[in-house]
Amino acid sequence: MSMYVIRRIFSMLITLFIISTIIFLMFRLMPGDPTASMVDPSIPPEAREQIIERLGLNDSYFVQYTKFMQNLVQFDFGDSFYYKTSALSVLRDKLGATVILMIAAMVLAYGIGVFGGAWMAWRRGSVGESIAITIALIFRSAPTFWVGIMAIYIFSVLLGWLPHSGMRSSGYEAENLFQTFFSLDFLKHLILPTVVAAIYFLATPLLMMRNTMLEVLGEDFIEMARAKGLTERRVLFNHAARNALLPVVTAGALFIGSAIGGQVLIEYVFSWPGLGREMVLAAQRHDYPLAQASFIIMAALIMIMNLVADLLYAYLDPRISYK
Amino acid sequence: MEEVIDKKSNTFKRAKNKGTLRLFLDNLVRDKLALTGAILIMLFLIVAIFGDVIAPYDVEEMHRDSSGEIKKVEKPSSDHWFGTTNYGRDVYSQVIAGTRTAMIVGGLAAILVTLAGTTIGIVSGYFGGWIDSLLMRIVDIFYAIPFIPFVIVLVALMKPSLWNVILAVSLLSWRTVARLVRSQVLSVSQRPFIKAARVSGASNGRIMFKYILPNVVPIALLEMAFMVNYAITAEASIAFLGFGDPDATSWGQIIHYAFINGYSREAWWWIAPPGIAIVLLLVSVFFVARSLEEVVNPRLRKR
Repeated sequence: MSMYVIRRIFSMLITLFIISTIIFLMFRLMPGDPTASMVDPSIPPEAREQIIERLGLNDSYFVQYTKFMQNLVQFDFGDSFYYKTSALSVLRDKLGATVILMIAAMVLAYGIGVFGGAWMAWRRGSVGESIAITIALIFRSAPTFWVGIMAIYIFSVLLGWLPHSGMRSSGYEAENLFQTFFSLDFLKHLILPTVVAAIYFLATPLLMMRNTMLEVLGEDFIEMARAKGLTERRVLFNHAARNALLPVVTAGALFIGSAIGGQVLIEYVFSWPGLGREMVLAAQRHDYPLAQASFIIMAALIMIMNLVADLLYAYLDPRISYK
Repeated sequence: MEEVIDKKSNTFKRAKNKGTLRLFLDNLVRDKLALTGAILIMLFLIVAIFGDVIAPYDVEEMHRDSSGEIKKVEKPSSDHWFGTTNYGRDVYSQVIAGTRTAMIVGGLAAILVTLAGTTIGIVSGYFGGWIDSLLMRIVDIFYAIPFIPFVIVLVALMKPSLWNVILAVSLLSWRTVARLVRSQVLSVSQRPFIKAARVSGASNGRIMFKYILPNVVPIALLEMAFMVNYAITAEASIAFLGFGDPDATSWGQIIHYAFINGYSREAWWWIAPPGIAIVLLLVSVFFVARSLEEVVNPRLRKR
C-alpha cells in the first residue's frame, strides 16, 4: 500500500514537472517580446533593463529554465506586476475561498445526484425519468456564466433575496478566521454561486448513479433481497444504492479536479475572490507571473484530487489490489 | 489469398457501416427528442449559412430613433425583436451572426480533435508496447491540465483570434478521444480478421486504416458530437471573459459586452437570447448523440 502511494506521488511530481516545463515554454516561446510577459512593460526603460538583467532574462533559455525550476521548488512564483508582492502571497488567500465554494457545490450536487440517480433507475422508462434526463442535459448544456448572470438577475435584482456578488457585504469585518467563513453574511453570499455551480456539476453524479444503479439492480443479490420480501425502499437504498455508490464516489474526486477549471467562470461572474477569478483578472491585466502561478497551483490541485480518487477507490473497493 | 480476404472484409465492413447508419436513422425517427434535436441542428445550420440574409440589420449599425437619439438599451419591439445594446445595436442580428461563429468553432475544433485523437488512439492501441505507454503517459499529462485556464493563458499570450481559440481547444481535447478510441482498438485488434490480414502480409498502415478504422468510426463520431458541444461552450466562455476574437460576433461576446458594461442586471433581453441559443443547440446535439450512442453501445438499447 505505502509503496503504491509513494509511486503515485512520484509519478505525480513528474507530471507536475512536465506541466511546469510546458508553462515555461509557453510564456517564453510565444510570438512577441518574451520579456513583456516577465517584466512590467509600463516601467521606464532603464529600470526595466535593470530588472531584466536582475531576473536573468538575457541569459540562455537553459540557464533561465534551471532558475525557473529552482524557484518553483522553493514555491517562488515571482512577483505580481499588479499587486507588487509575491504571487504566492496573493494567491494564498484566494485558495480557501475557491475550495469552500467548490466543496459546497459538490456536496449539493452529489446529494441531489445520488438520490435522484437512484430514483431515476428505479423509475426507468417512466415519463418522470425522461423529464429528469432532459433537465440534467439542459443543465449540462447551459453555460455556467450565463446561468450565473440569469440567477443574479432573477434572485438578486428582481426578487432581492440574495446578494449579487462577492463573499461578504462591504464594510463587514470578520473578527477572526472562523467568522470569515461561518457567519450568516458569508452563507448568504455563498448560496447563489453554490447553486449555480451545483447545477452544472449535477449531470455527472445523476447520470452516473442512474447507470450504475441499473447495472446493480440486475444482479442476483437484488433478486434475493426481493425474494426475501424486503420493502422496495429497503432494496433500493440499503442493497442497491450502497453498491452503486462506489464508482460515483471515486468519479467525484476525479471530477473535483476538472471542476476547478470550470469554476473560473462562476467566480468571475459572482466576483468571488478565489483562485479562478484572480487568474482571469491577471490575464486581463497582462500580469503574467500571477497567471502562471495560479495555473500551476490549479494543475497541482487537479493532480492531488486525482491521486485522492485513486486511493479512495482502492480503499473503498477491497477487490482492487495495489500494484 | 490477400485479394479474397480483402474483398470479404470489405463487404463485411460496408454492410456493417450501412447497418450503423440505418440503425441510427431508425433510432432517430423513433426517438422524438432526437428527431427534434436533428431538426433544430438543421435550423441552426441554415441560420449559420444564410445569416447575412436572415439578419434584419448589420451587427455594427447604431440605430437611432426619429429624433436622432441613439436607441440605447431598448426593450424588445417590432423593429428590434431582442431589443438593442448600449450602442443602439440590434441584439437579434448579433445572435444570428453569432450562430455562424459557434458553428465554425464547434465544427472545426470537433473535426481537428477527432482526427488527431483517433489517429493517436489507433496508433497507440495497435502498436502497443513502448509507443502505447508513451502516448498514454502524454494523455495522462494532458488530463492534468485544467481546460479553461489553459485556454485563457494560451489565448491571452497569443493574439485573440478565432483560430487561436480553435487551436487552444483542440490542443487539449484530443486526450478524451484518444483514450476511448485506443480501448476500442485494443478489442478490435483481437478479432480474427485482423490476424488474418496480418498473416496475409498486409502492412501496418493498411491494417490500421482499412480494417481497424471503420470499426472505431462510430465511437469517434459519438465523441465528435460531444466535442462540438465542448468547443462551443469553450469559445463562449473565452469570449465571455473577453479573450475572444474582437472581430467575430459570438454568443459569448454578446454577453461579455452586456456584462462588462454593467447591463447584465437590467437588460434581460440582451443577456437571455444568446444563452438560450447555446442551450438549444447543445441540448439538440446531446439528444442526437444519445440516439447515436444507443447504436454504438447496444447495451443501452431499450429492452
